[in-house]
Amino acid sequence: MKDHGISVIRRWLSGFLQKHVHGMITCRQFDSFVLAYLDGELPAHQRLLFERHIKFCRQCQEYLAAYQRTVKLGRAVFPSPDEILPEAVPKI
Amino acid sequence: MSTEQRQQARILRQAANVRDRQEEIVRSNIGWMIAVAHRLLKDRALAEDAVQDAFLAAFRGLDQFEGRSSLKTWLHRITVNTALMQLRQLKRRAEAQFDEYLPEFDRFGCRIEEPWEHSASVEEILDNEQHRVRIHGAIEDLPDAYRIVLLLRDIEGYDTSETAALLHISEGNVKVRLHRAREALKKLIEPILRGEPIS
Repeated sequence: MKDHGISVIRRWLSGFLQKHVHGMITCRQFDSFVLAYLDGELPAHQRLLFERHIKFCRQCQEYLAAYQRTVKLGRAVFPSPDEILPEAVPKI
Repeated sequence: MSTEQRQQARILRQAANVRDRQEEIVRSNIGWMIAVAHRLLKDRALAEDAVQDAFLAAFRGLDQFEGRSSLKTWLHRITVNTALMQLRQLKRRAEAQFDEYLPEFDRFGCRIEEPWEHSASVEEILDNEQHRVRIHGAIEDLPDAYRIVLLLRDIEGYDTSETAALLHISEGNVKVRLHRAREALKKLIEPILRGEPIS
């Protein structure tokens, strides 16, 4: 990776802020909130922390976007049950 | 013939007898043993490996066979054990490979992720039949414990509690498996998500 040195410094700075600034969560904690956030089940306080994290963490922003596209693609590549039914089978 | 030569000849005769006995045991039991292992492993080659291990274990322990059960019962137990061992190894291998697809974090808890210079939209990806096939295949390749949860929750549309009830696992377990399955799938199809040309 060409900007390996910069990535390491950025990660260290990000880790330092997450650890020492009140009301911040780490990317690892963010990861554990993703499913509940997308299901709308994250309690208000954790939701606030989640949304604050994503504002300044580019890696998690990109990660979440790719995760959401993955879920959509997974759903899209399987035909819906109606499509599987042969036409000759009458629907009840 | 000297005493030493007589001893050697006796050892050779005994070895030949043992070989004959082992061959007889293999010939008369190999068929049903492969069938037993095949039922457990669902794969002919793996079943043959398990049976080979079973015979090796049996011949090593033949002296300890006390005749309290029939030879067939004894071999049956050994075959089941070696097949289950194969299953455990397979599961461990699948889990170890699966871990490679989970997100990585450094010692500060920061995500290690290649920057996304470019990403393809869902519509762009779905327009390509080859991509659809790849994504379908990636889902099929997930270990069963994760694939089934992903299918039930994301594709069949069951909610977490319904999925938990169907699989007889806790709701917490469903959530963990679903999140891991999605994360692994993301990693598996990442070249497609990044809009990279695929071979």
